[in-house]
Amino acid sequence: MSLTRTESGARADVRPRGGLRVRRGLGLLGTYALLIGILVFAIFPFVWTFVISVTDSGSVTTGRTVYDFPASLWPRHVTLDNFGNVLRTYPGLGRAFVNSVIISGLTVLGTLVVSSLAAYPLARYDFRGRDVVFGVILATLVLPTETNFLVNMLTLARVRQWPVVGEYLGVGSYMAVVLPTLSTAFGIFLMRQAFLSVPGALLEAARIDGATEGQILRRVMLPLSVPSLAALGIFTLVGTWNAYFWPSIALTGEQDRFPLAVEMLKLKGAFNDNIFNTAAGAVLMMLPVLTLFVLAQRFFMRGLDGAVK
Amino acid sequence: MSRSARTTVLAFLFLLPALLLLAVFTFYPVLYGSYLGFTRYNALSFGNHEPPRWVGLENFRTLAGDELFRTGVVNSLKYLLVVPALQLVSLAVASLVNRRLPFVTFFRAAYYVPVVTSVSLAAVMWDWVFNKDGPLNWALKTVHLMAQGTNQSWLLDPDTAFWSIMLVTFWRGFGYYMVLYLAGLQAIPAELEEAARLDGANAWQTFWRVTVPLMRPTILLCSLLSTLSALRVLEEVIVFTNGTGGPLNSTFTALLYVYRKSFGGLDFDYGLASAAGLVVAALALVLSIANFRLMREGSVRA
Repeated sequence: MSLTRTESGARADVRPRGGLRVRRGLGLLGTYALLIGILVFAIFPFVWTFVISVTDSGSVTTGRTVYDFPASLWPRHVTLDNFGNVLRTYPGLGRAFVNSVIISGLTVLGTLVVSSLAAYPLARYDFRGRDVVFGVILATLVLPTETNFLVNMLTLARVRQWPVVGEYLGVGSYMAVVLPTLSTAFGIFLMRQAFLSVPGALLEAARIDGATEGQILRRVMLPLSVPSLAALGIFTLVGTWNAYFWPSIALTGEQDRFPLAVEMLKLKGAFNDNIFNTAAGAVLMMLPVLTLFVLAQRFFMRGLDGAVK
Repeated sequence: MSRSARTTVLAFLFLLPALLLLAVFTFYPVLYGSYLGFTRYNALSFGNHEPPRWVGLENFRTLAGDELFRTGVVNSLKYLLVVPALQLVSLAVASLVNRRLPFVTFFRAAYYVPVVTSVSLAAVMWDWVFNKDGPLNWALKTVHLMAQGTNQSWLLDPDTAFWSIMLVTFWRGFGYYMVLYLAGLQAIPAELEEAARLDGANAWQTFWRVTVPLMRPTILLCSLLSTLSALRVLEEVIVFTNGTGGPLNSTFTALLYVYRKSFGGLDFDYGLASAAGLVVAALALVLSIANFRLMREGSVRA
C-alpha cells in the first residue's frame, strides 16, 4: 500500500529544470501531498484512538457508532467521562501504571549505573585484558539469543526458590524483569564515548588533589557527561515502558505486577464490548511516552537508540 | 602490588556488575540453550531437578517431521518480504524529508511516533483499523479498491492476517530506518546530486544512480538489521493472535514455535524449543552472510 504510494510520489517530485515557477510550485505541492499522505498512515491509528476516547459513549444508543465513517471522526459530544470510567471499573489499570513506573525507574537507574561503571575503565584505563573485555561486550551484538528468554526464565525460576532474596529477585518480581536488561553493549559504549571526550588534564588535577577513582567518576566524569546520560536514560525509559514480551514472561504468576504494556491486552479483552474504555486506557498508556518524545525528539532523530529496542 | 596490577584490579572492579550480568543473562543462556537443543528436558525434569538427558540429533529429527515447525519456518522466511519494502520506502522517505522545507522537522518527528509505540498498544489500535467495519475497509471502498457491501475482516481471514500483521511491522519500522538513512544522506555532499541534476538527470534518476550507490554501507546495515528482526518476528504475532498463530496457523512463525513449546502450550518441551531456536539462529547466520555477499556483488557491478 504505502510502497506504491511513495513510488508514484517520488516520480511526481520532479525538480524544476528550466527554473519554471509553475513546475516548481507543482513539485512542491506534490511533495506536501506526499508528506501528508505518509503522515496519515503514520498517525491515523493514534488520532482515531484519541477520538474514540473522547467520544460520548452514550452516542452508541442514539444510533451512531465509532465505525460510522467519516462522521465518527468528529464526535458531536466531546467528553472525558471514559477516562474516569475505565479507571473506576478497571482497577488493574492504575496498578499497572504504578508497576510501569517502578519497573522503568529501576531499569533506567540500573542501566545508567552499570553502564557508567563499566565505561569508565574502558575509556580511561590502560589495563591488561581490555581488548578481551571489548571483544566480549561487542560479541553480545551478534550472539544467537533466540532462546535466551527460555533459559533466563529457568534461571530466575531457580532464583525464586532461594531463601529470603528469592522473592525479590526471582520469577514474578520486579527485579526479574529488570536484571537481564541492565547490561548492554549500547549503554556501555555510549557512556564510553562520552567519557573519552573529557579532557585528561581534569583527571590529572583531581588525582593530584587526592581524589579516589570513585570520586573522579562521580564528581568529574558524570557531571561532564549529562547529555549522554540523558540520552541513554530516555532511550531506556521508552524501551522499558513499551516492552511487552519479556515482562509478560518474567512476571508469570504475578499478574498484579504486570506493567501497562502487558495489561493493555488484558484491558482490551475485558472491555471487548466497550471500545470507549479501552481507547481511554490506551491514551493513558501512550501519553507519557508521547510527551517524553515531543520534549526529547532531538535525541531520537539522531538515530542512536537502536540497541535499546 | 605494582601500579599496573592495581589498575587492572580496579578496572575489573568497575566492570564487575556489567560483566556479571552479561555472563548470567546473555552468555550463559546462549551456551546452555544451545546445549539443551541436543537433550531431552522439560518442565517435569526441571521441577524434579533432573539434569537434561543427551539425545543427540533427536530433537532436530522431530522438528523435521513436525508440520507446525515447517509452517513456522516458511512463514518466518515469508516475513522477509517486508525487508525490501521497508528499506526502499524508508530510504525514499528519508530523501523526501532531507530538504529544507517548512514543517519538515514536524513530519520527520511524526513519522517516528510509531517507533516509540509499544507493540501491544499497536495491536489494540490496529485491531480496530482492521475490523470489518473499520476505517481500512471504509478507505478502500471510498477509493473503489473494494466493492461496496463487502466486508473484509483482515485479521480473521487466513489469506490476509499474515499481510496485515506485516503491515504493522512496516508501520512500526519505517520511521526508525528513515532516521538511520537520514544520517547517511546528510553525509553525502550536496554537490554530487547537484552535478547530476545539472547533467540533466531527473529526481528519479538522481535517486537511483547517485543516492542509492553512495548509500550502500547504510543500506547494508539497515537491511541486515531488518532481515534479522523479520526472521525473528514474534511479539507481533503474539499480541495480534493471543499467541495462537492466527487463523489456520497462517501467522505461526518459527520463534512462535519456540515460545509455544516453552511456555505457550501444554508440553513445556525445553529441549525441542531450544533445538528450534538453534535452527532459527542458523538461518539468521546464513541470511547475514547472504546479505553481505549480495551487497558486495552489487558494489562490484556498479
